[in-house]
Amino acid sequence: MKRYGKWAPLVVFILLGSALTYGLAKPDTTNIRSKMIGASVPSFTLPPATAGLPGLASSDLATGQPHLLNIFASWCVPCAAEAPQLKAIAEAGVPVVGIAVRDRPEALGRFLARNGNAFRAIGADDASQVQMAMGSSGVPESFVIDGKGRILSQVIGPINPQDVAGLVAAVKAAR
Amino acid sequence: MRRLLLALALVAAPVWADSDLPPAPLADTQLPDPKQEAEAQALMETIRCLVCQGQSIADSNAELAGDMRAMVRQRIAAGEKPQAIRAWLVRRYGSWVTYDPPLDGVTWLLWAAPILFVAIGLFVARSSFRRMRV
Repeated sequence: MKRYGKWAPLVVFILLGSALTYGLAKPDTTNIRSKMIGASVPSFTLPPATAGLPGLASSDLATGQPHLLNIFASWCVPCAAEAPQLKAIAEAGVPVVGIAVRDRPEALGRFLARNGNAFRAIGADDASQVQMAMGSSGVPESFVIDGKGRILSQVIGPINPQDVAGLVAAVKAAR
Repeated sequence: MRRLLLALALVAAPVWADSDLPPAPLADTQLPDPKQEAEAQALMETIRCLVCQGQSIADSNAELAGDMRAMVRQRIAAGEKPQAIRAWLVRRYGSWVTYDPPLDGVTWLLWAAPILFVAIGLFVARSSFRRMRV
């Protein structure tokens, strides 16, 4: 016992050193996931974000039909990159609705004309208040909402082409 | 073209972008009541910015931080307690968002560690004193 005891500090030092090195080397995840998964969509009413499309209220998300809620903005580059994927999801029969964060109606109109419009409705969230209420920390983010208005899952960052089929299935499964 | 756009998006993703909307009215304007402003300021200094993740929302220039400051000031002005606002944010973002972490399954070691170290110290001291006596 005594012979091994003197090695204890070295062993502790090596263990601590490895743990710290691992902590430094492992890639840092900066994504903050919403803790609202499983909860109901917080109550909100947003005015229309651009001409020609209605605004969005939380009551629109509890109509018995599941939705894909996309939080985006015309000033966000990855949002333009995910637009074709949103369009594909909408064309597969999924109702896609949007919340435009800190956007201007003209800029949003140009964005939709350029990138295509997948949205049935877009609410204007000029001070990020609904974004915060949803537990979203950036754009783009998407939430799968079931027919009762419950948040089922969250996608952080742009939807990539390989994510489309999975998301369509997820929304369709969410009755 | 689509592939190029996607590649560009991947490069641009960590940078995001900023809107050209002006900051929310209360983002950088103090509340008229100094007592309320002090309450709001104290809370903002302990709420972590979701964009510049090492900064409090009081220090961060990110737009979302500005909107969070505006939200905090609005709610304080409406008479809400700072603890309730903190709880509202923690409900949405987890204890990650507060610099005043609650005592829970993950953080108990922070509070227990000093007591633990004193106990280890006492134990080591006791055994070495005992050896000296022999």
